[in-house]
Amino acid sequence: MWWRSASFILDQRHLQEDPSNDIASSSSKQPPDTLSSFMAAADPFNPIPNPKISAYYQTRAAHTAVVTSDWLAQAQAAVGHHPDDAQAPQTQQPLLAASSSGKSFCVINEFNNWRMQPDLAEAVAAIRALAAVIRASEATTMMELEIELKKASDSLKSWDTTSISLTAGCDLFMRYVTRTSALEYEDFNSARSRLIERAEKFGEISCKARRIIAMLSQDFIFDGCTILVHGFSRVVLEVLKTAAQNKKLFRVFCTEGRPDRTGLRLSNELAKLDVPVKLLIDSAVAYTMDEVDMVFVGADGVVESGGIINMMGTYQIALVAHSMNKPVYVAAESYKFARLYPLDQKDMAPALRPIDFGVPIPSKVEVERSARDYTPPQYLTLLFTDLGVLTPSVVSDELIQLYL
Amino acid sequence: MEARRASRTVSDPKVRHVGFFTPDPNPHPGRTPLASDAPVSNALSPVMIPPPRQPSDRTAAVPVPETGQRRQTGADQVPVGSYNPSESLLSSSPLPSSPSSRVGLVDGEFSEESGGWLRRSESEKYASSLPDTMVERAPENSASAAPRLESKKSVEVTGKGGKAVLEEQNEVQSSSKPLKEKTTKAERRALQEAQRAAKASGKAEGNKSAAVSQGAASVKPVKQPSQKKDGPPVSVSVVSFDKKGGDRPPEKERKKDVPAPRMQFDDKSRVQKAKKHAVVKQTEARNRVELFRHLPQYEHGTQLPDLESKFFQLDPVHPAIYKVGLQYLAGDISGGNARCIAMLQAFKEAIEDYSTPQEKTLARDLTAKISSYVSFFIECRPLSISMGNAIRFLKTHKVIVRHAITKIRDGDVLLTYGSSCVVEMILLYAHEMGKQFRVVVVDSRPKLEGQALLRRLVAKGLSCAYSHINALSYIMHEVTKVFLGAASVLSNGTVYSRVGTASVAMVANAFHVPVLICCEAYKFHERVQLDSICSNELGDPDAIAKVPGRTDVNYLNNWANKENLQLLNLMYDATPADYISMIVTDYGMIPPTSVPVIVREYRRDHVFL
Repeated sequence: MWWRSASFILDQRHLQEDPSNDIASSSSKQPPDTLSSFMAAADPFNPIPNPKISAYYQTRAAHTAVVTSDWLAQAQAAVGHHPDDAQAPQTQQPLLAASSSGKSFCVINEFNNWRMQPDLAEAVAAIRALAAVIRASEATTMMELEIELKKASDSLKSWDTTSISLTAGCDLFMRYVTRTSALEYEDFNSARSRLIERAEKFGEISCKARRIIAMLSQDFIFDGCTILVHGFSRVVLEVLKTAAQNKKLFRVFCTEGRPDRTGLRLSNELAKLDVPVKLLIDSAVAYTMDEVDMVFVGADGVVESGGIINMMGTYQIALVAHSMNKPVYVAAESYKFARLYPLDQKDMAPALRPIDFGVPIPSKVEVERSARDYTPPQYLTLLFTDLGVLTPSVVSDELIQLYL
Repeated sequence: MEARRASRTVSDPKVRHVGFFTPDPNPHPGRTPLASDAPVSNALSPVMIPPPRQPSDRTAAVPVPETGQRRQTGADQVPVGSYNPSESLLSSSPLPSSPSSRVGLVDGEFSEESGGWLRRSESEKYASSLPDTMVERAPENSASAAPRLESKKSVEVTGKGGKAVLEEQNEVQSSSKPLKEKTTKAERRALQEAQRAAKASGKAEGNKSAAVSQGAASVKPVKQPSQKKDGPPVSVSVVSFDKKGGDRPPEKERKKDVPAPRMQFDDKSRVQKAKKHAVVKQTEARNRVELFRHLPQYEHGTQLPDLESKFFQLDPVHPAIYKVGLQYLAGDISGGNARCIAMLQAFKEAIEDYSTPQEKTLARDLTAKISSYVSFFIECRPLSISMGNAIRFLKTHKVIVRHAITKIRDGDVLLTYGSSCVVEMILLYAHEMGKQFRVVVVDSRPKLEGQALLRRLVAKGLSCAYSHINALSYIMHEVTKVFLGAASVLSNGTVYSRVGTASVAMVANAFHVPVLICCEAYKFHERVQLDSICSNELGDPDAIAKVPGRTDVNYLNNWANKENLQLLNLMYDATPADYISMIVTDYGMIPPTSVPVIVREYRRDHVFL
């Protein structure tokens, strides 16, 4: 609790002198280290990523970021750096561990393959991976199959603890499995094929979900409105695409979305649709808020209180919008509802990501590397989900009915 | 949206169709057997009692249940979002010749009517029999009974179809009973208590408890669902009962719809009436605060000698009950949970010793006795809300502690107010788990309950600070979380708890400190309360006039003699939902807006403890 006493200065010095401390060493000594660790984590054969870096946000950065020439140059330079003392043992050990547990390695590998596709939601990738487990399994009874699935699901979840939709997707599938196995089927094989079929269908449902959300939100976009968008959410993009196709006249303000530069990517896409786009730096949100009619964001996860966990910066924007009486709309599929209940910003599992400032940072300077923040429900107006247009308090209602 | 609405009606409500599931074409096998025990009809009017002379009365009855059907479809053959009442009506209609549902109903009613009185006497047997009596009844009464039974399914079906139906049957029978015996509010409440008490005694009593519980079960669920669908049962029953010529029955029905309100004591006539039946003679206090005249206030300390002298003359009251009542009066037992347990144990003893007198039937006599006990308790000390649902108290605590522990981090400064046993358990357990945190215990006069908690925490080695409530805003800036207990949580998220809790929550909110309420799910109530005034409890005003250990502070010694001075000692207050961040229950952590969801989903289960 550094903010309660001035001893935080001494604590910091103490930390930095400690050689066994990963954080201090990695952030203070090598700024390009962040990129190399990024490369190591993105290695699909590494089943257990660097725990300091969130794999989920790595992927999102990869999907949404703009690849520029200087980024490429830096990446190549980083590859030259490659085996660090701190990195090598990390990459080697997991490989050893992985080869011994064939099954879990399979799942994660499978998951990784699916995950890399830019259009696929994370939860769908997880469920597809679990479906692959079912297909590959040699179990002969439902109980066995259930246990195998549980193991696979747990290993997926522990592989990346920061991804909420991954956890939610796994939980959803397990819930479905236990419910199915509770029913009595004469034929194990038919139950099995039913599960696989459902898993396949889930992918379709997920795409359908985006379309449903897009349809529902059309009523809220009127001609001549100005929409502020933060982060690159495929659902929000679908919403705007549909609105453009319906010949609505509106313009979009995109926040730059550092460090992923999601705004650049989004503005590219919107420009293709002939929607008037304006790019703002993140600090210019309050400046332009009076021109804005509504704020649209996606969500990485929707928590039990009705709040959302989304890319860093969402909370800020929601606060500004709330103080200026602008509605904040969230577009999220229902499988993102998670059984978390953060009380404040620090109440979640930390999800760190590398931040590249473009210039070397002195070693004494600490960097806030969290990739996400929590927006409490009182700042959100409505949630657009495939279940309908909901107020934040309904999320708990849905979760209770689903999980309890 | 359509799919969402529909999924509620179609299949197992516990499993939501969230993007992943589609309505299962195969009916849930676990549930159909129950539903098919008696020929299932999704239709008929909840009105069982036949009286109507003209079929025109039926028109009122028939369309009404359709709305009531919404929640009760068993089979999943029903296409999503729609149901075919006509189809089911006809399928279940007793006489094949009846072309319309109306006529079928009327016929059914008539045939029932002939045996109607017969059936009423059977209601006793219903009370003492198990749910599958219904199965044997079905063939016996053939079609007429069955659709009636099934139509009574105004309670949501969760696979307890059999029981639900049975109790609906009982509900009719018992609601026809008012014509024969006078059920008072207290008696109904007594039935609830009896049911719980019976369960608490572990069903060792066999028939006795089963009888009581079945009888009680009939009443309890009526209260719950009647809240949800006020319209149909009331109007329909009014239609039927009017013909019976009593305006008492409809009154009873309506009263059942609303949770029994506490008696309002500023109505002189009712107070007089109550006094006549009272076992405990209490003298009304003088100099009462105007705003709170609707709550009872008696001279403290006057009842005890009176009761003691009557002890040997009080035949109807079992000694265990009497003892607990005295303890309530004297204030020896304090705290919602403790009172509950004491009451249940007393009931258990009383029931064990009970034997039916010759001339009377078990169900009626036992319930009458229990009701007298309950009214005795009420006179000693008004019932707390949680006392109605106390059974699961012991089991729930472990779960709550586990959930709440996840919210305590190292370096936290936790504030608690008063003394709540759940909060105490959480703090002790977290300490055992090795978490590093400090506790601030805030206390208030006159009860100073926090001191006991403080002593216990310090004994276990926690580092604590102690303060009175006047210093609340002074210490709040260093607090990271506030843990509070509750006497009950109401449907709009309002927390009804020891007086002072609301202040703590509001100050915490002003400092942006999260407030966590730790409360078992049985304390949730469907009632809604907007302020602390309409329902509360008044304590002894003398307690605030005196300061223990300070005889020199005697300025208020003669307060009663001063006409323009009134002392108010409130026991509870209501904290609005806006100040509460989260409620930790045995079902997990929920926002305060989800209290009615828990009540809705889990009340039915609780009834059948």
